[in-house]
Amino acid sequence: MLPTNSQRIWMYRNMLISRYMEERIEAIYMEGKKPVFNMANGPIPGEMHLSNGQEPCAVGVCAHLNAEDIITATHRPHHIAVAKGVNLDKMMAEIFGKKTGLSGGRGGHMHLFDSDVNFSCSGIIAQGMGPAVGAALSRKMQNKSGIAISYIGEGAANQGAFHESLNLASVWNLPVIFIIEDNDWGISVAKSASTSVTKNSDRAAAYNMPGIHIEHNCPDKIFSATKEAIDRARNGGGPTLIEIQTSRLAGHFMGDAEAYRPEGEKEQLIQEDPLPTYRQKLLSENIITYDEDLSLVQETQQLIEKAITFARESEYPEPEEAMLHVFA
Amino acid sequence: MSATKKLTIARAMAESLAQEMRADPNVFVMGEDIAQLGGVFGNTRGLLKEFGEERVRDTPISETAFIGAGVGAAMDGMRPVVELMFVDFFGVCFDAIYNSMAKNIYFSGGHSTVPMVIMASTGGGYSDAGQHSQCLYGTFAHLPGMKVVAPSNAYDAKGLMTAAIRDNSPVIYLFHKGLQGMGWLGTEPAAISQVPEENYELEIGKAKTVVEGQDITIVSIGIGVHHALKAAQELEKDNINVEVIDLRSLVPLDRDHIISSVKKTGRLLVVDEDYHSFGVSGEIIASVTEHDHHMLKTPPCRITFPDIPIPFSRPMEEWALPSTENIINTCSKMMESK
Repeated sequence: MLPTNSQRIWMYRNMLISRYMEERIEAIYMEGKKPVFNMANGPIPGEMHLSNGQEPCAVGVCAHLNAEDIITATHRPHHIAVAKGVNLDKMMAEIFGKKTGLSGGRGGHMHLFDSDVNFSCSGIIAQGMGPAVGAALSRKMQNKSGIAISYIGEGAANQGAFHESLNLASVWNLPVIFIIEDNDWGISVAKSASTSVTKNSDRAAAYNMPGIHIEHNCPDKIFSATKEAIDRARNGGGPTLIEIQTSRLAGHFMGDAEAYRPEGEKEQLIQEDPLPTYRQKLLSENIITYDEDLSLVQETQQLIEKAITFARESEYPEPEEAMLHVFA
Repeated sequence: MSATKKLTIARAMAESLAQEMRADPNVFVMGEDIAQLGGVFGNTRGLLKEFGEERVRDTPISETAFIGAGVGAAMDGMRPVVELMFVDFFGVCFDAIYNSMAKNIYFSGGHSTVPMVIMASTGGGYSDAGQHSQCLYGTFAHLPGMKVVAPSNAYDAKGLMTAAIRDNSPVIYLFHKGLQGMGWLGTEPAAISQVPEENYELEIGKAKTVVEGQDITIVSIGIGVHHALKAAQELEKDNINVEVIDLRSLVPLDRDHIISSVKKTGRLLVVDEDYHSFGVSGEIIASVTEHDHHMLKTPPCRITFPDIPIPFSRPMEEWALPSTENIINTCSKMMESK
């Protein structure tokens, strides 16, 4: 099924939000980190894993979801958080480590938790998979609507948790979908050097579930290809494993020199950047006009600037607040 | 006062589970061999028959997946009780435990709860060797975000299980195989106790003085409490009156209770079947000495498992395990040194 015009605009808009948010984060991250790069310095300290290039994987799936559906995301969560509707102000404040952040500064960019829209992350590879299986089990046992989506990178498919979780989801026939964002690199190790199969979606056969491979980093293609799996999960048809060939336009984290990339790869990826590609597509198909595009961009910028202002102006937590919320 | 009956720890755990499952449809149990078999250690016996396969789930041998699933289910409103058959098996699933289960409340800034129980068997004494005999109390207690309990008798076992299930934070419930009342693992008669039929909670984080005395405070948990109680009876013949404290919980640790006892006795002995170094015994001694080292008339002592893998052979394992005899000897020496 193809997305409607309004769904396509929704996807484009969320890609814009994610991309602009990350462009701004990228700039702000470097504040205080020059001339000497020290990760602890600046208004945004710590590791920073940018998701630019991977936005289609987020919007193409999340276009089918509601707030009640559950997502467990990864250490590279921004695009998914945006598409799932995580509160932008609170997310930005969390990334800045402020009191007004999603968890009052306890999690940071790798541990974004927003229970209002059932979004969480794990910074540990493949460790969102078990919780997604459990959330799906919970919905099934409570006879409540909603499905669970577990996002992982292609490197996670070589973790034990991947195989255990697929098997368990299948044997219990749970409403959960595993989305592999294959950006071809586990930090510096290429998929071909780490993975025994070309397509991780082939591994679905071992767990008696459908495996879908999507080779286009395009929101429309991802939307259409994931629709059936999501409907199947909603209708009691059990889990699906989906692998999307996407691209990581930045390094693994900010500060990564990316010396491992073959010559020309980065230039090629930038040329195929899914955001301008999709913009062109929507313009040429007359889904949006240039004026509409311009106002979408401006609206996006305003949203993000507002979030940044909110984050910058928010107070840091009192140090002793670190002691709160260890237990419920 | 409600009627009571004599139960083993295994049956007390199962009774609490059944009563909580009747009271709350969101409570369910999963783990290896917990349904048809009723748990290798008997603590889920009878549940499958009453509650069916939906709420009493045998899992594949996939601890990472099903403990991770417990986290996700708990955060979505269920109250899973998940069995890790032997605590020794934590190695394959510790990410799900200490990086997810124990931290997700914190990462959510308190907006999410993780009402989940992991029950795991601990302890040796029956020649199961180095991968099926450990206690690992200190390993779990060391890492923040998990409450840790370990009952020494059936009454406590039921009350702690009920409290653990109702708690909105994750609880590690460690039961000692030697206390389960399963004949094939040996039976400690004193662990079988009168248990009220009505359900009740035992507050997590509260120690209990099981024997009062003036001379030495013995702090222990699980099976060590029984060794200490037997030692206390023997020592009484020599006019040494020991006070025995059953911690019942390691996290939160009832430091006030320990300190007020040591204030009275001036002597502290910790008995812990877990490894000697960097663990529970060191923590308890540090808690007392950093509070006020002038309370102590003699240096604090500890009887623990030496820092070795648990040996298989009977003479070696028996030598290494804390015992009533060790406690008697140590207490006698502590009274000699003035």
